[in-house]
Amino acid sequence: MIRFEQVFKRYPGGREALSGVDMSMESGEMAFLTGRSGAGKSTMLKLIGLLERPTRGQVIVDGRNTGGIGRRQIPAFRRQIGMVFQDHKLLHDRTVYDNVALPLVIRGMSGKEIGKRVRAALDQVGLLHTEKVKPMTLSTGEQQRIGIARAVVCKPSLLIADEPTGNLDPDLSMEIMRLFERFHEVGVTVLIASHDLHLIHQLGHRQIELNEGRLTGEEARLV
Amino acid sequence: MSRPMARPKTRRPKRPARRPKPAARVRRERLSGFRWPSLGGAVVDHARVLVASLGRLASHPLSTLMTVAVIGIALALPAGLHLLVSNGRALGGQWDGAAELSVYLREDVELGAARKLTTDLEKDPDIAEARLIAADDALAEFREYSGFGAAIDALPDNPLPHLIVILPAENNRSAEAVDALRKKLADSLPADLVQADTAWVARLQAMLDLLRRSVLLAGILLAVGVLIIIGNTIRLDIQNRRDEIEVTKLIGATDAFIRRPFLYTGLWYGLLGGLLALLLVAGSLLALDEPVRRLSGLYGSGFRLVGPGMVGAIGLIAAGIALGWLGSWVSATRSMRRIEPGGRQ
Repeated sequence: MIRFEQVFKRYPGGREALSGVDMSMESGEMAFLTGRSGAGKSTMLKLIGLLERPTRGQVIVDGRNTGGIGRRQIPAFRRQIGMVFQDHKLLHDRTVYDNVALPLVIRGMSGKEIGKRVRAALDQVGLLHTEKVKPMTLSTGEQQRIGIARAVVCKPSLLIADEPTGNLDPDLSMEIMRLFERFHEVGVTVLIASHDLHLIHQLGHRQIELNEGRLTGEEARLV
Repeated sequence: MSRPMARPKTRRPKRPARRPKPAARVRRERLSGFRWPSLGGAVVDHARVLVASLGRLASHPLSTLMTVAVIGIALALPAGLHLLVSNGRALGGQWDGAAELSVYLREDVELGAARKLTTDLEKDPDIAEARLIAADDALAEFREYSGFGAAIDALPDNPLPHLIVILPAENNRSAEAVDALRKKLADSLPADLVQADTAWVARLQAMLDLLRRSVLLAGILLAVGVLIIIGNTIRLDIQNRRDEIEVTKLIGATDAFIRRPFLYTGLWYGLLGGLLALLLVAGSLLALDEPVRRLSGLYGSGFRLVGPGMVGAIGLIAAGIALGWLGSWVSATRSMRRIEPGGRQ
């Protein structure tokens, strides 16, 4: 599903975020991307979502080399991926319903179909009753679940999350991670960047460890 | 075997005519089942964005009003000037026909000879009317109206020449024809000066042409101004909604999708600006109508100001919409490229 081949990423300031990363993930796999902040976790996710381009090397997502995807094709590419962010990136001047509906509106879906899908997604994260309120009135954990609902409303085959539990207490974090596991169980490939090692150990999925832009630990030997 | 084969044979000629029908029906059904919702959805989506962008404008009434006012005034200026020029042209055209020639006879021409010349001129087919103003009559009139009575009395003799005022024939009143007649009379008559009163009409025309050109230039400049105003307003709007745009891009929205509300905002600005401009022009016409009528009445003319008309009104609004759309399109397209979700780090 995802393959990194000798990927280097250097930001304009000269900082090298990734130095020769080789990594691959099977379809339907669930994995955690770990490491200290600044280790390159976010950069890897950004390369997958085409928020950034690698300086060198290749990133292959769902069999497609992202290097061959032009600016105009990026929107269509991103629609295949569900993205979850630490700060949720919800639109606060719109209702929960409108937020979750946004990916469907972008696709030009009809109102009836949108309603069905939005309610299904909200139901999956257990927040069906919140559809008419503004996200601001919800707790951080609930906002994150809305963010997840928005990411899965289009039923993507790949779900990537950047520190989705960064602002949450342990109980809520576990709740969110269980939610990701549920999507994994129905065949979605899930990649989560997180530095919460305690939580990750509890869940026991594959770990991809990054240190200063390189893979370390078990993962480095495997490749 | 042979029977069923025989049956279709007899029907075969009809088949090609019949077959396409059900096929077409099936295809249409598929269209209505598959493509129509998305097409209808697109129309609904456009309508939704159209209304939403108007709602957004209405939520900031003051700034919207100011922008619309600037656009309206910028559009009203060239439109009003254009109207003024076209009215001036109509006026010039009206007076073109009333061109008269004044023949100032030489001082040595006696009154009797002048009378004879006048009657001769009346017979000319190019001339509709010739009227003699004798030197003594002119002086008497002048004395009466000018108030220089004493000064005139002090003159040893009448300094005025005899004057023949000529109205060209109906079909002979164009500027060229009048000029040709003037030359002919200047050559054939014992006159010091043959003056065509069309000169001022020609000057007016030249001035109006100049004015028209200036209005065109001003119109272009002001149109560019409107483009810049709308472009800048949209740019600020985009800056204010930068986060929203980034999020929508993250989710996979195309530039066209993100640009759409801004284009409609520009369209509304243009439309409202055009309507305001029309209102301003109509108001100005109304305010000027009475004085113009009084003035033209004093000149013995039935001249009335002419408005922009239906075509002009639609044109003005269409110009507003076009400028609004274009300004926002340029601005939004430029901004869209700059705002990328990953670009901040």
